[in-house]
Amino acid sequence: MAMSQIKEVPAAPVATEIESAVSVKNISKNYGAVEALRDMSLEFPRGQLTSLLGPSGCGKTTLLKIIAGLLEPTSGEVIVNGKTVTGPGPNRAFVFQDFALLPWATVMKNVAFGLEMRGVGTSEREDIAAKYIKEVGLSGFEQSYPHELSGGMRQRVGLARALSVDADVLLMDEPFSAVDEQTRRKFQEDLLNLVQNENKTFIFVTHSIEEAVYVSDQIAILLPRPSRVSEIIRPSSFRNKGVENIRRDSEYLDIVDDIWSSLRTYVE
Amino acid sequence: MISRANALKILSALVLFGAWEIAGRVPVSYAFPTFLDSMRSLFEMIGNGMMYEAYKETLRPLVIGIVISAVLGIGLGLWVGLNNFFDWLFSPIFIVMQAAPLAALIPLLVLAYGIGLTSKVLVVCIMAMPVIVLNTSGAVRNTPESYKEMGKSFLASRSAILLRIVIPAASPVIFAGLRLGISAGFIGAILAELKITPTGVGDIITYSRSIADYPAMYAAIFSIILLAVLFLNLLEKVETVLFKGNQRGYVSD
Repeated sequence: MAMSQIKEVPAAPVATEIESAVSVKNISKNYGAVEALRDMSLEFPRGQLTSLLGPSGCGKTTLLKIIAGLLEPTSGEVIVNGKTVTGPGPNRAFVFQDFALLPWATVMKNVAFGLEMRGVGTSEREDIAAKYIKEVGLSGFEQSYPHELSGGMRQRVGLARALSVDADVLLMDEPFSAVDEQTRRKFQEDLLNLVQNENKTFIFVTHSIEEAVYVSDQIAILLPRPSRVSEIIRPSSFRNKGVENIRRDSEYLDIVDDIWSSLRTYVE
Repeated sequence: MISRANALKILSALVLFGAWEIAGRVPVSYAFPTFLDSMRSLFEMIGNGMMYEAYKETLRPLVIGIVISAVLGIGLGLWVGLNNFFDWLFSPIFIVMQAAPLAALIPLLVLAYGIGLTSKVLVVCIMAMPVIVLNTSGAVRNTPESYKEMGKSFLASRSAILLRIVIPAASPVIFAGLRLGISAGFIGAILAELKITPTGVGDIITYSRSIADYPAMYAAIFSIILLAVLFLNLLEKVETVLFKGNQRGYVSD
């Protein structure tokens, strides 16, 4: 089978010892007669970034929305911090591909939206929001409207909104696919720092192989029709060599090549 | 200093009035007065209190009808837009109402409700409400799914999603419906006064036509258009204040 082309990369010893923040157990999802996900199981280690990578139509966004509680699985369950997911919850925050910013609201109001829905008082939530607006580098744009910002800045607002609610798990649905290449590289570097400093669990959907290998502690390769996890890869050696060296690392390049050779047969 | 937008508005008005004046002087028809004659007649009628008395009469069904249409129309529109059953139940009524040749149906209304205020308010409502309901329901139904998903994932309650996401997202189209509906309501108010009983501004129009006082007739028509334009401008201001970020289109590139 095609997937056997992927060499088993030795798992980092730490990864196996870390408990799971999110467990996906035997998830199936049908849309009428169409089988989107079949019996999928996956563990997401706490404090790490796991990518869901696969060709389009492999159900990676569907899986992410099931974990978010936005979609209900046909069967199976998702467990976050020991509790079964029945809908959206305070332990998860979502970053959207199309940003999903409210155009009639200022940056400040957009970032504070999650806190407002959690019942945090005005002055407190504006303090928290201001802190995260600063953290994503948008100080001075608090009173701007989304249409006044560039694509990259809009996604920073989306990120600040997700960070401000202080959820354990950050769900990111192709967050950088709608921003330009240079901004995307900067985002990827920032994301690595975020994973290191925030002690959150990140689940990251992407269709870019390079991006997945660059940012992930663990990469789950999803294959379509019916959707299944074909391989889990844990890059081990280049993570601590500094962001500027990763793209030249031989393990990085090997993994990118291996993933492509196993995926190419699934791309029309 | 006058802003560019306002300067253009004034310029456009001057061109229109100029064309009117010229057309009146040619004249295109014996029954078409010049702009200046009409204005003279307008100020005369304002001066002798005739306009004031007329508008006291006309504004009653107009204001009542527009308020009912706006409140009920937006409410019904939200309901129809959010619920497939109510969509099935109510949408056809408003589509028929919008397409109906109202002037021909007014005798029926008079038969049922008499020649008083009720019939006139109904005419205003039938003119104004369908477009408000249909615009509101269409806008609500087309709320971008990602906004709603965003609300859900950040734990917004059902009512918060409606008030903080669905309604603001729909507001540009709701306001467009209000603008169209209210202009139609103005037409309805005059139509009611021409077709049911000649009162208020409709009376000035009918009476001055019958005695061939065309400047007065056009002055009355002009005054109602002016009022409608002023009111629509006010509505635009309200929209700008309420939903500032919506002013410019939202493009996600």
